[in-house]
Amino acid sequence: MIGLVVVSHSARLAEGVCEVAGEMAGDAAVIAAGGTDDGRLGTSVDLIADAIEEASAEAEGVVVLADLGSAVMNAEMAVEVAEVEAVFADAPLVEGTVNAAVSATGTKATLDSVKESAEEARGLSKT
Amino acid sequence: MDEDTQREALSAVLTAIADRIELEKDHLTELDSAIGDADHGANLHRGFQAALDGADSENDPDAFVKAAGMALLSKVGGASGPLYGGSLAVASSEFEEGITTESSVAFAEAYLEKVKDRGGASVGDKTMVDALTPAVHTYKRAIEVDDLDPLAALSKAVDAAERGVRFTTPIRASKGRASYLGWRSVGHPDPGATSTLYMLEEIHDVAAEYLDGEAAVADAEAEAEIEEGSGE
Repeated sequence: MIGLVVVSHSARLAEGVCEVAGEMAGDAAVIAAGGTDDGRLGTSVDLIADAIEEASAEAEGVVVLADLGSAVMNAEMAVEVAEVEAVFADAPLVEGTVNAAVSATGTKATLDSVKESAEEARGLSKT
Repeated sequence: MDEDTQREALSAVLTAIADRIELEKDHLTELDSAIGDADHGANLHRGFQAALDGADSENDPDAFVKAAGMALLSKVGGASGPLYGGSLAVASSEFEEGITTESSVAFAEAYLEKVKDRGGASVGDKTMVDALTPAVHTYKRAIEVDDLDPLAALSKAVDAAERGVRFTTPIRASKGRASYLGWRSVGHPDPGATSTLYMLEEIHDVAAEYLDGEAAVADAEAEAEIEEGSGE
């Protein structure tokens, strides 16, 4: 199993994405890391690193997704400092997380395969 | 400079930067409200206050800079956290053997590299890279090619950063939040380039306090030697 971490400038947005993707994730952990540690809009490397740790508890690795700009930068930093297997997926947040959640519980799911399915969402057309 | 003096100078630099950011925080936020999300001043202010506390207990120059960087990283909240803080934390290792003219060049280059690497920005994207790149290149050149002393080199670097900030005004942003504004970002200086200039100015002013004395001592010693030589 692969864990997921959802990073957003807004804590509520991150939680909402986890709520949506969680429906597809079965037993895989989908952890929100939104906002700063004092509840403002923004992101926090510490908070993301803690979420990666939490998501890795029963997983063979963690895929991290993020919304915009500095959230991406902070997510990449947290991945670098994490002491567990973690990768950043360059994908649209909602579609990418849902895609990743679907594949995260698969018996053959690996860090790379889940990252790949998240990134496949980049080409999705909505109409 | 012995290690205690280096530590004292670093502490003076950090305090001077924190004070300057406090003084300019409304101005930086105003710049950021034109092309960003109007939080640059407040974010940096929060970060540097945390950095003062975070670095306070460290004695070695590299540990001091690293602690300041880590505090910025965890307290700033926006892109400035990883860009200013994360880059400081990485570049700090250049000071492991202390602060010398050579290690200051290596530090400046490592810092610039990390900022570019992390932010994915190049010169002309209307970011802090536009002030930082000419400043670092000028500093390195002034020392290695023109053989200037560090203080004179810093002074040239500040001038280069100032021109870099001016250069950001008429161009269109292609990185960060400002890029979403497209042409509307034209006509405003970049807040990150501006705060980078402020930091360089403070580094220069503190260095002047510490290095001017040293230069004077070196001059006096050189003069004494010449006099001694001519007396023989």
